[in-house]
Amino acid sequence: MFKNKDRYLSIILISPSILAVLIFVYVFIGWSIRVSLSKWKGLLPDYTWAGFKNYLALFSDPRFAVDVRNTLIFTGVFVIGSIFLGFLMAVMLDQGLKGEGFFRSLFLFPMAISYIVTGVVWRWLMNPATGTRTSGLNLLFTTFHLDFLVNQWYTTPKWGMAAIALAAIWQMSGYTMALYLAGLRSIPIELREAARIDGASEIQIYRRIILPLLTPVSLSALIILGHMSLKVFDLIIAMAGKQLPLDVPSIYMWQTTFDGLFYSRGAAISILLLISVAVLIIPYIRYTLREEE
Amino acid sequence: MRIKALRKNWLYVPLIALAIFYLLPMYVMLVTGFKSFAEINLQTMWNLPHGLSLDNFIEAFSKLAPSLRNSFVMVIPATLISSMLGSLNGFVLAKWKFRGADIIFPFILFGMFIPYQSIIIPLVQFMNAAGIKGLAGLAMAHIIYGIPITTLTFRNYYASLPQELLEAAKIDGADMLGVYWHILLPISIPSFVVVLIWQFTSAWNDFLFAVVLTGNNDWPITVALNNMAGSQIISWNVQMAGSLLAALPTLLVYIFLGRYFLRGLLAGSLKG
Repeated sequence: MFKNKDRYLSIILISPSILAVLIFVYVFIGWSIRVSLSKWKGLLPDYTWAGFKNYLALFSDPRFAVDVRNTLIFTGVFVIGSIFLGFLMAVMLDQGLKGEGFFRSLFLFPMAISYIVTGVVWRWLMNPATGTRTSGLNLLFTTFHLDFLVNQWYTTPKWGMAAIALAAIWQMSGYTMALYLAGLRSIPIELREAARIDGASEIQIYRRIILPLLTPVSLSALIILGHMSLKVFDLIIAMAGKQLPLDVPSIYMWQTTFDGLFYSRGAAISILLLISVAVLIIPYIRYTLREEE
Repeated sequence: MRIKALRKNWLYVPLIALAIFYLLPMYVMLVTGFKSFAEINLQTMWNLPHGLSLDNFIEAFSKLAPSLRNSFVMVIPATLISSMLGSLNGFVLAKWKFRGADIIFPFILFGMFIPYQSIIIPLVQFMNAAGIKGLAGLAMAHIIYGIPITTLTFRNYYASLPQELLEAAKIDGADMLGVYWHILLPISIPSFVVVLIWQFTSAWNDFLFAVVLTGNNDWPITVALNNMAGSQIISWNVQMAGSLLAALPTLLVYIFLGRYFLRGLLAGSLKG
């Protein structure tokens, strides 16, 4: 629609950004891949070819196996919890109650806070100390005679990750609620009215009509939350520091690279992380853009 | 209908229970923050303070003030520049369908989902080689990795505008930059608010880039707070007050501009 002069201008306007993304995303990913195929260990770069040695080492590495297991626990608890809670909150807030805006803002505010703040506060709420030193949520449970709820939180053997996921649910369920609420609002009211006239109960309306119509929203939530849980890092660092029972690939990568200076191995972990995210995200981007047309 | 309304009112029970769950951490941060040092005891952490003391906040602020300043110094230019770039990119991508535009866009988008661990080794090497240090490097990282989301938000907004608006301006003799400057920019203020808030929040809350790109003289608030929490010397009450200080700027933005915050959130999941 514009003249030639404008075409050149357009190119000039967007090329710095495109170049920056090209270099800082794609060239850097390529560079990381190259590092992962090298023998670089120590402060000085060493690009001696090592083939897939770093990857093979990870596949037989017990710590990496712990990481995969922890990521699965975290993802399971976090994704299911956030979707369930988010959906529930959205449905409740969609009933036209007074004070809806207040509750909506309240459920969403943790999104504005950093994982570090969330982690620092929840670390004290989930204080696992026992006996006279009991505090945090455990203290609250004892006070209200809910002793069966008292637990060791993130220090629970094997399942500590689930406690971290609880803090993540606190932070992210409001976001899922917002996604579902936007979805619910886009369903024409006539559809529900018609079903009601046909004698469907409220529960039937949700199960047969609304839930199927919300499938795309659920899918988005699943993918966005899923990819977030693969990347989880700050929250664990702030809640529990770097400790083996709560290790995940992003922390393993961190320690290997910056504490252990084993750059090539760290790069290999990061590339595996990238691949797992890409498997979720690339089809999602394609699907969303195709839908747009 | 009456009965139905009554039944609906029962929903307040779970809603209020959930509200308590969401407010618990805020409650602990606030009551702990306002207690005097003498009152601090983990076993009475749920009790209300006896008076309003600012001990904890003063102590936390004296430790965190430099890093709060660092955060502002880094976040403000990062936010402004990446928003401006996003607006220009969004304009070009929405209004000028050049060959390859459809290919370039998803490639830009992918950049906002990658785990940054996968670029962090080259990023550190690059910054060292280029001699870009500390906060400048951190701001640069936020600008560049912010381009995907800012571009996306503006592109979607500009694409939704009627083509006639631009045609009319062209007939009046405006060139491309004229159209952008005189027509699009004034009406994109709401999108700017969305993007500015989003970028401000994510740059302020970032930890990963901050911890690799800055040293102890220019730590932003997230890194300083995390180190405070990890130290054995600083007690938990000061950590709580520090957490509140660290959360305050983004929290205030959320309280006053929550509507725009939500729109940014939905855009970030490609649903805006």
